[in-house]
Amino acid sequence: MIFELFAKRLFPQAFNNDLSELEPKHIFLRKSVNHLGFKFGLTMLLIIIFLGIFGPHIIGISPYEQDLTKRLLPPIWVEGGNWEHIFGTDGNGRDYLARILYGTRISLTIGFGAAFVGMIIGISLGILAGYFGGWVDQLVNYLLTCQLALPGLLLAMTVVFLIGPSITVVILVIGVLHWTLFLVVSRSATQRIRNLDYVLAANAIGASKYQIIFSDIIPNILNQIIVIFTLEVGIAILSEASLSFLGVGIQPPTPSWGLLIAEGREALFFQPWLIILPGIALFLLVVSINMLGDGLRDITDPNSKIEIKSKVEVPISNLKQNINSKK
Amino acid sequence: MLRFIAGRLIVVIAVAITLSFITFFLLNYAIDPAQAVAGEEALFEEIEQVRIQYGFDRPILERYFEWASGVMRGNFGESYYWNKSVYLLVLERAPETITLALMSVSVTIIIAIPLGILAALNPNTIIDRFALGIAVAAQAVPNFWLGLLMIILFALTFPIFPVSGDKTYFHFVLPSIVLGASSVPPVMRLMRTGLLDVVDSDYIRTARSNGFYGWNLTINHSMRNAVLPVVSVLAVQLGHKFGGSVITESVFAINGLGRLALESILGTDIPTVQILVFIFAFMFLIFNLFADILNAYLDPRLRK
Repeated sequence: MIFELFAKRLFPQAFNNDLSELEPKHIFLRKSVNHLGFKFGLTMLLIIIFLGIFGPHIIGISPYEQDLTKRLLPPIWVEGGNWEHIFGTDGNGRDYLARILYGTRISLTIGFGAAFVGMIIGISLGILAGYFGGWVDQLVNYLLTCQLALPGLLLAMTVVFLIGPSITVVILVIGVLHWTLFLVVSRSATQRIRNLDYVLAANAIGASKYQIIFSDIIPNILNQIIVIFTLEVGIAILSEASLSFLGVGIQPPTPSWGLLIAEGREALFFQPWLIILPGIALFLLVVSINMLGDGLRDITDPNSKIEIKSKVEVPISNLKQNINSKK
Repeated sequence: MLRFIAGRLIVVIAVAITLSFITFFLLNYAIDPAQAVAGEEALFEEIEQVRIQYGFDRPILERYFEWASGVMRGNFGESYYWNKSVYLLVLERAPETITLALMSVSVTIIIAIPLGILAALNPNTIIDRFALGIAVAAQAVPNFWLGLLMIILFALTFPIFPVSGDKTYFHFVLPSIVLGASSVPPVMRLMRTGLLDVVDSDYIRTARSNGFYGWNLTINHSMRNAVLPVVSVLAVQLGHKFGGSVITESVFAINGLGRLALESILGTDIPTVQILVFIFAFMFLIFNLFADILNAYLDPRLRK
């Protein structure tokens, strides 16, 4: 509802009844208004990003401040909880809400950062393979087979642990291990586009390879890349959480969600909320990102069957009047 | 067919050699191997002594060929951390991981295939939505968190299955559910779309007009074609399970290869980690090859 209101207020021309005058972005908007999963995912992701950026300032408690007299306080809905610490405190007496809110930033930074690194690698290789074909294509294909066979999590654990864990290292390692989807999609899209008439025309008027790649091919594969990017952000966030959970990712006292779950494991049966709360946060973030990605795929797919129906129907009586008047 | 298999086999061998090369170099450059053996607080002289004693001062290529020829003869080297031959370590721990991998793929089959069939037979109904909802949830739930939730649930509320250890097959039930859940979304989606595609095809319409209906039609006619890609994806997923066992095994305290890998990483035991990365990659390649051959056998069009 709110989503539709915003969309109609910002782009009133997209909701005309005359479907013939719609621009591509208006079609996109109109389809997205009818896609429940997309609306849900986008709204939820925006809320989570908002909480990650402004949440720590709003509650105003440091996620690192220890108070050993207030260890393992229960959250507000369990008996004994109070409003001072809404989600209770952890084993060192740090406010759990502050830690979870701060953890949002870490998950988002690593998720988007790693997906970006993977995207750069994947797109570069994919365009090279798709545009030049031949032995370049075969070489890239071979690299792809190698990458797919590597046990990603195990290798990431090893490299991060040996090099020394920090946020930058985690982003780079996860990114370097997650480029295969970008490669596959950008290669097949490039192969399709490079034989289209407009690329041939650009070639005929003497455009260089770089001009063709940067101004003709990249803008036209972005649609599909954005979908993969969204899904990879979710995968990267889960990878980071797994690494941190196993103790070979983000190191304490930084409040990464995976690390919070690992710390809560000691009190598994007595303070279960210590693992349930960050887990729910992780789950909601990844679900919203995945729903957004699935929605984008449905909406940007030219063959999708989502209707661009006009909400305001022309009353039948009007039509009758028109017919009568023509007589 | 033989030519097809031979071609694939050559690729598998080439990839395996490349991967062994990459892992060896990566691990030997990420950390000084002499430092890893001597420990964090070792003095400079001690490190230098270890370097000469273990032969780490020789060129890396020479050490790689020595290691690789050892691996091919079944000599995986010595673990500095466990003070044991890596071959014995792997042999000791492998059965647990194999059991876990097989059982988790069975869980995937039991959950994903019936759900996929039901969703495809009732498209755009509440059943379809439910199945897709499960897929979306299973894709987003962190593996280790699901495991911990299961431990809380089954240790206190429903004490049916043991929650930690690897003594009997009952110990593997919960870990298999956790590990199997991550493969449910791809398998289920593939089953659903595959069956939906087949249901619209001409030969099913013919079968329908000849009087076949219901489960007979689904099992004997539609499934035959729809199940092909699913089988190959299952084989690939089985290959993934070996590398994916790290988290599940450490959550449920199963003494398998995954846990060995984690412990070796934390103890900077490079020889063991090297072999494990290679074994997991090799497992994946083998199951992938198996899937390719199976597909080519079932569908002659793919043999080119």
